[in-house]
Amino acid sequence: MHEQTEPMLQAQDVERLFGAGRTLLGRPKPAVHAVQGVSFAVRKGEILGIVGESGCGKSTLARILAGLDQASAGKVLFQGQDLAAAVRRDFKAVARQIQYVFQDPLSSLNPRKTVRAILETPLRRLLGLGREERERRLQKVIDAVNLRPEHLDRYPHEFSGGQAQRIAIARALAAEPKLIVLDEPVSALDVSVQAQVLNLLDDLKARFGLTYLFISHDLAVVETISDRVAVMYFGRLAEIGPAQRIFTQPRHHYTRLLLDSAPAPGKAIMVPESESGELPDPYNPPVGCAFAARCPAADELCRTRHPALEPAGAPKHLAACYHPPVGSTAHE
Amino acid sequence: MSSSAASQGRVSALGLLLNNRLATAGLVVLVTILLLALIAPLLPLLDPNATSPANRLLPPLSDGHLLGTDALGRDLLSRLLHGARVSIAVGVSATLIAAFFGSLIGLLSGYARGWADSLMMRGIDMLMAFPYILLALAIVAVLGPGLINALYAIALINIPFFARNIRGVTLGLARREFIDAARLSGKSRAAILFTEILPNVLPIIVITMSTTIGWMILETAGLSFLGLGAQPPQADLGSMLGDGRSVLFNAPHVAIIPGVLIFLLVMSINLLGDGIRDVLDPRLKSGALARPMARTAVERESVPEKPATAKDAVLSLSGLRTAFGLGQRQIEAISGIDLHIGRQECLGLVGESGSGKSITAMSIMGLVPTPPGRIVGGSIYFQGEDLLEANDRRIRELRGGPVSHVFQDPLTTLHPLFTVGDQLVEAIRAHQPLRRPQAEKKAEELLELVRIPNPRRRLQAYPHELSGGMRQRVCIAMALANDAELIIADEPTTALDVTVQAQILMLMNKLRHEKETSILFITHDFGVISALSDRVAVMYAGQIVESGPTKEVLESPAHPYTRKLIDCVPVLGQGDRQLDAIEGGPPATGERPPGCAFAPRCAFARDACKRGEIALQPLDAEREVRCLFPLDVKREALVHA
Ligand SMILES: Nc1ncnc2c1ncn2[C@@H]1O[C@H](COP(=O)(O)OP(=O)(O)O)[C@@H](O)[C@H]1O
Ligand code: SF4
Ligand code: SF4
Ligand SMILES: [Mg+2]
Repeated sequence: MHEQTEPMLQAQDVERLFGAGRTLLGRPKPAVHAVQGVSFAVRKGEILGIVGESGCGKSTLARILAGLDQASAGKVLFQGQDLAAAVRRDFKAVARQIQYVFQDPLSSLNPRKTVRAILETPLRRLLGLGREERERRLQKVIDAVNLRPEHLDRYPHEFSGGQAQRIAIARALAAEPKLIVLDEPVSALDVSVQAQVLNLLDDLKARFGLTYLFISHDLAVVETISDRVAVMYFGRLAEIGPAQRIFTQPRHHYTRLLLDSAPAPGKAIMVPESESGELPDPYNPPVGCAFAARCPAADELCRTRHPALEPAGAPKHLAACYHPPVGSTAHE
Repeated sequence: MSSSAASQGRVSALGLLLNNRLATAGLVVLVTILLLALIAPLLPLLDPNATSPANRLLPPLSDGHLLGTDALGRDLLSRLLHGARVSIAVGVSATLIAAFFGSLIGLLSGYARGWADSLMMRGIDMLMAFPYILLALAIVAVLGPGLINALYAIALINIPFFARNIRGVTLGLARREFIDAARLSGKSRAAILFTEILPNVLPIIVITMSTTIGWMILETAGLSFLGLGAQPPQADLGSMLGDGRSVLFNAPHVAIIPGVLIFLLVMSINLLGDGIRDVLDPRLKSGALARPMARTAVERESVPEKPATAKDAVLSLSGLRTAFGLGQRQIEAISGIDLHIGRQECLGLVGESGSGKSITAMSIMGLVPTPPGRIVGGSIYFQGEDLLEANDRRIRELRGGPVSHVFQDPLTTLHPLFTVGDQLVEAIRAHQPLRRPQAEKKAEELLELVRIPNPRRRLQAYPHELSGGMRQRVCIAMALANDAELIIADEPTTALDVTVQAQILMLMNKLRHEKETSILFITHDFGVISALSDRVAVMYAGQIVESGPTKEVLESPAHPYTRKLIDCVPVLGQGDRQLDAIEGGPPATGERPPGCAFAPRCAFARDACKRGEIALQPLDAEREVRCLFPLDVKREALVHA
């Protein structure tokens, strides 16, 4: 659809190293690669879902993409401009374009500020709006997330998880950004509330022409909302492609495992008994494919050389696997 | 911020404070002392410094000298009140100075981190490396004796205390997500420090002040006692104590009187300080005044008869009601729960947060804290034994033995400072007469049972060294340690990743067949129910609204709420479907509407739904529903027949 348009956001070989450097005594500190060699592009109006288990580097990547953190190597381009440079130049200008919604709604709202104070800050500090204009926008924003005006003078702890997350979304929305990075926005919520928030996000995207980066550890949630999905494992992309394709014809064994593990009403869960669910030790990373220890198809090659992300048999579908699972899943 | 809301907040905070009897006593004593000290110059007192050798060492209650006189014949009452003025003024000023500079250092250092933080903290460490009072002495020695110098010394030695406390809190706050959110809202770093962090730190500063001011008064007294603070003839409490020392044996009152006042002053400040702390920060609550009992109180108006089902069932709850007392009001969190779990059966209890699932689960073994919780009706039978009538010893035997729990957060079960092995051994030996080596062997077997690789080595691990999934496995091992007949698992997989969740569910399912254990499995997610449960019970607003075999309930839910709960679960492969969300939220506890509690959110509600209590009615031999118009049409006829 948007083939021709320049991507809104582009990650080029993004890498984030934690803990490197030296101690006061000059001893090198152990380093962890939280994110490594991640490249992808997001077009305007698209929703890219990123899935992976906790600790796989999703949040680290998300913070880099929102300008809250800097990549140790590689580059992020936002509308063709280097994001890191833009952040150094003027963080506020970036925050007007890119916003972020955090996982835990209560922890992302200052407990000592009223909802009004929280929502007015971006209107005043980012957009420099005057009193009247602010008030108008405030009403519009809380209306968009289905909150009522009387909620404005309450404190965050007076709200349920779902309401608090709607306030957090309203805060992100207030400055009318182009891109919103959503880091596990529904993981802390009940399923019933989760559905409300997902529908709201869908609605807002259409109304305000937003682009989302939607992060979650739950494949089913990602599927309901995303156009494209990237599967992350141990800091790298295992697979990326159109949502439909990833769910019906996964080309990485980790994606396959995620699909098999996903619960659903009436579905008996069947994961292999041998499956340990343990990630490799980040201080002692494996040489080859990080999933080899858990993979039913792993061989010598997998254990010795790292598989690169390569075309996986359909347009825009890439996977990093030497012996991809064949056939399609029952999830059609 | 509206000022009326703020002042309301303050009134209720004062109300809370006055609720605490010790703090109130402290407040009364303190206010009395403060008032007396404040108006001392206005009172018809003698000159505190006028000596009168003729009247030296008069005992208390002498003519004209209510509290007697000291060795120079000065009136003790007058000196006491004037002295208290000085001591309090110095203590308060020192506290303010220490609080201001200490908090500022703490805030800056906690927020700046990096080298600025290191620099400031090393400085603070150096100050703290000296013995406390020695440092004060050294400072006064350099500056020269005198009240003002003593004040500086006391303030200075207390700065590190504030700085460390505040830095710790700031560090924690600076990592919170609302700080990033404020940055994204366009706030500068300075604005974040002073408008986002400071308001959250302020209560801690006040708490720290209220708990240190007493010590500062003592320290000032200490310096004066040594002759380094107030200089003669000026009186302060410490120097009065010092004056009394030389005549301690022939006129003890000279020392005792200021001693008692120091005691009263410091004691009342500390009691009040603790009260303030409890009000401002309930998490730090000492709990000494309101420690919950070891077991939920049972206050049933009548003891119901033993239900027929209780004989065969492993667990049988009938008409169970648990309430919370909020002031005069009593709010029922669960009202009339009936549940039965058979041998080797797994019952899934499903419902939204706040529907009362956990209260139901915790009521079974009396884990609902009292106060404020109480069981006010119904009965609980475990293998035919009436748990509400059982004595405390029996309940302790059952807990962690035949009945054990697995919670959502493994860290609520696991102690951070003991190894997994120690905790397992402890759990085993609490219920079985095994010697340590035997218990260790058993612990190893348990870890193997829950499929932890390399169990022998993992016994030495501390909880924080394990991943979330591994920790939950350890908790399950612990629950199985004493051959549990019933495991109560409260959202055991909610905090876990999908892949780990799948393994834990498989593991629990396998173990329950191997070990013939019954399970009460609680979740908010209908997606995970079918992995494990034979039967489900759906809870809404403190009541069971539907129950029956899992398969049947999933295929043809009878209650509109059940239908909604099933439909809002996103299912892989159905990504295009608009999720069926349940609009609105459940009623707040204690605000259940008359009639059907679900009526305000129910698409099928009619007038009849909003009147009168709706009973849980049988649909067929195995299913029950609390709805006037159950979804399945065929069955509807049955209900109204
Ligand atoms: N500040 C940090 N210092 C060291 N390691 C970190 C830091 N932040 C994250 N990590 C590590 O980076 C990895 C990815 O973390 P994160 O991005 O939070 O994962 P996710 O969001 O997928 O749960 C983890 O191994 C985590 O321990
Ligand atoms: S590269 Fe090898 S180990 Fe990795 S997922 Fe593919 S088959 Fe498995
Ligand atoms: S009783 Fe009425 S309001 Fe309640 S669930 Fe049934 S149809 Fe809906
Ligand atoms: Mg995360």
